[in-house]
Amino acid sequence: MKLSCEVNVHHLTRVEGHGNISISIKNGVVKKAQWQVVETPRFFEAMLVGKHWENAPYICGRICGICSIGHTLASIRAVENAFGITPSAQTANLRLLLKHMETLQSHILHLYFLAAPDFLGAGSVLPLAKSHPEVVQRALRLKLLANDACDIIGGRRLHPTRTVVGGFTMLPEKGELEKIRQRLLASVPDLLASAELFKTFAIPDFSRETEFVSLKGDTSYPFIGGGLVSTDGVLKKERDYRAMTNEYCAEGFTSKLSKLSRASFAVGALARLNNNFTLLHATAREISKFLGLLPVNHNPYMANVAQLVECVQVTLDSVRLIDTLLGAPWQEPRQPVQAKKGEGVGAVEVPRGILYHYYKFDSRGKVIKADCVIPTSQNHANILRDIEALASQYARTGKKDREIELLAEMLVRAYDPCISCSVH
Amino acid sequence: MDEQLSYLGVPLIRPRVGFFELSSCEGCQLQLLNNEATLLDFLNLVEIVNFREGMSERGDTYDIAFVEGSVTRKDEIARLTEIRKNAKILVALGSCACFGGVNQLKNRFRDPDWVKKEVYGDFPIETMEAHPLADFVQVDLSIFGCPIKKEEVERIVTDLVVGKTVHHPEYPVCMECKANENICLFELGEPCLGPVTRAGCDAWCTSNRRGCWGCRGPAEAANLKQLEEIMHTYGFDRETILDRLECFGGFASFADTIRAQAKKSPARRKKS
Repeated sequence: MKLSCEVNVHHLTRVEGHGNISISIKNGVVKKAQWQVVETPRFFEAMLVGKHWENAPYICGRICGICSIGHTLASIRAVENAFGITPSAQTANLRLLLKHMETLQSHILHLYFLAAPDFLGAGSVLPLAKSHPEVVQRALRLKLLANDACDIIGGRRLHPTRTVVGGFTMLPEKGELEKIRQRLLASVPDLLASAELFKTFAIPDFSRETEFVSLKGDTSYPFIGGGLVSTDGVLKKERDYRAMTNEYCAEGFTSKLSKLSRASFAVGALARLNNNFTLLHATAREISKFLGLLPVNHNPYMANVAQLVECVQVTLDSVRLIDTLLGAPWQEPRQPVQAKKGEGVGAVEVPRGILYHYYKFDSRGKVIKADCVIPTSQNHANILRDIEALASQYARTGKKDREIELLAEMLVRAYDPCISCSVH
Repeated sequence: MDEQLSYLGVPLIRPRVGFFELSSCEGCQLQLLNNEATLLDFLNLVEIVNFREGMSERGDTYDIAFVEGSVTRKDEIARLTEIRKNAKILVALGSCACFGGVNQLKNRFRDPDWVKKEVYGDFPIETMEAHPLADFVQVDLSIFGCPIKKEEVERIVTDLVVGKTVHHPEYPVCMECKANENICLFELGEPCLGPVTRAGCDAWCTSNRRGCWGCRGPAEAANLKQLEEIMHTYGFDRETILDRLECFGGFASFADTIRAQAKKSPARRKKS
């Protein structure tokens, strides 16, 4: 049996941004197993220097085309923390609802458009529109619901318009929220059908012991702010994010990399779920069990399943949030902002993992220093380690080049990397 | 999706379309996938041969190339030149491609090495000033916006397929905002570039009570002097105007003028 393999994937498809995979196995021995990030850097942290605080969320939301809402909210939280502003309960609920709807749309986009084609033997979602029309229609329905909700709450699904420091420029119509509530309830069968579909997918049998980092929930499954936790037992405060991320540069990556207790760690839906499983809604927990996902799970391919579980989580929690919002009269959408000298951190769980924005302001509210630590940059070193382990595991099996290539591609896709975001 | 399309009885050829991205957030391409309600209809209109973000198959012959992002590294010039060679029509998709977008904000610093150091320290990283596509290749059509508006893209692609000439509105966002019966944001204390920015977005931001930041670039005969007067009347300072004018690159020459007037902008850093 020939135990040699050459895999060279230039600009991996069905991911956001530009990354390369190369694996070389000679006579069962791994000679090379690489994950490279070649994306062009954009220098957002430099762009902001000298800018008035109101520029930060507006510009930094544009780091990412998928999770622009998450970036905007992390940026707003960092500014508010620096200025000592506490959002009203109404603002906090609306922001979380908006965040949930971005999570839903992003996860559905990834699960159905980017990941599912691999499991269904297709190169993209396009042929699936013919072969599995009901699956594509279901994905489009769920995504449309989430995007419509983002439009109604944030003003726009991409690069939101209403989200500002202090609150919102304007509030949604209550009737519109009620409609979203009904559509959310009606979407539950679609989510259950999604779980049935993913149950049929052959998740590759691979696992590597990994440290998982996320926000730590106290009473609810966490998305915006709070303590930081890792499965290796590290606990940090939000403002101490640097001690949790330890960014460094390395050859082969235009993105920065991170490490904590080990050479690498993972963030994302799987990390959140591994750290906060008991805080999931009972139904989401049941679906997680149904799909064979129990904490702590070390199979990176299970990140797809974790995303699906989170779709159920955010859908059900959004219904609760809308009930709360509809149960009280609207308060002022926005509170006044008084800039002051200081620094602030905003940690937000965006679809691909924990995101941090940090700003330091002078007394006029001008940015002196900006720092953004992106989920995918935190994942890059872990993706690299996984590819090495994957190559070693399969080096002995005599799999065909194309099989190993597909497994490696699926592995990277499971992280749902946002590469351009990681090289912001 | 393979049935013959026709327009007024004339058979139409589905153009082969490729989507490409240079330095960007890739949000403009994602806007196309955000077309859930009409996505399948849209896909029926064209044959997508290259869309790395959404599909694994790749083809190098296409009639229309949509290019998102700005040029910020030398290898992107080569990629762009190659795309230009393969395409009959090259479309600049979104403000980064049209004007440099938010990426060009780093160009305002005099010392490019400071920009690199601020983010990467001493780690060597290759970059250059952010440029719009038209600085290197001929651009046949521009689709403005950060992000692009999906309805506008659909209309433009439909026009291209049926062979119509694509026209952009010459009037400013202000017109659309008034048509939407919004209260003027200046009256609400919010600065706005609506009076000078090219329309076509249906006053997307201002209808959400967010002032316009000019992502679509200047309208025909934009009267910047008058805008400055309005801003002044409502008590907004030069920095507030400049923040908006320089954000996406469409008003770069106007922003330069204002910076020159301010003589020494605090945003400009001298070599230390």
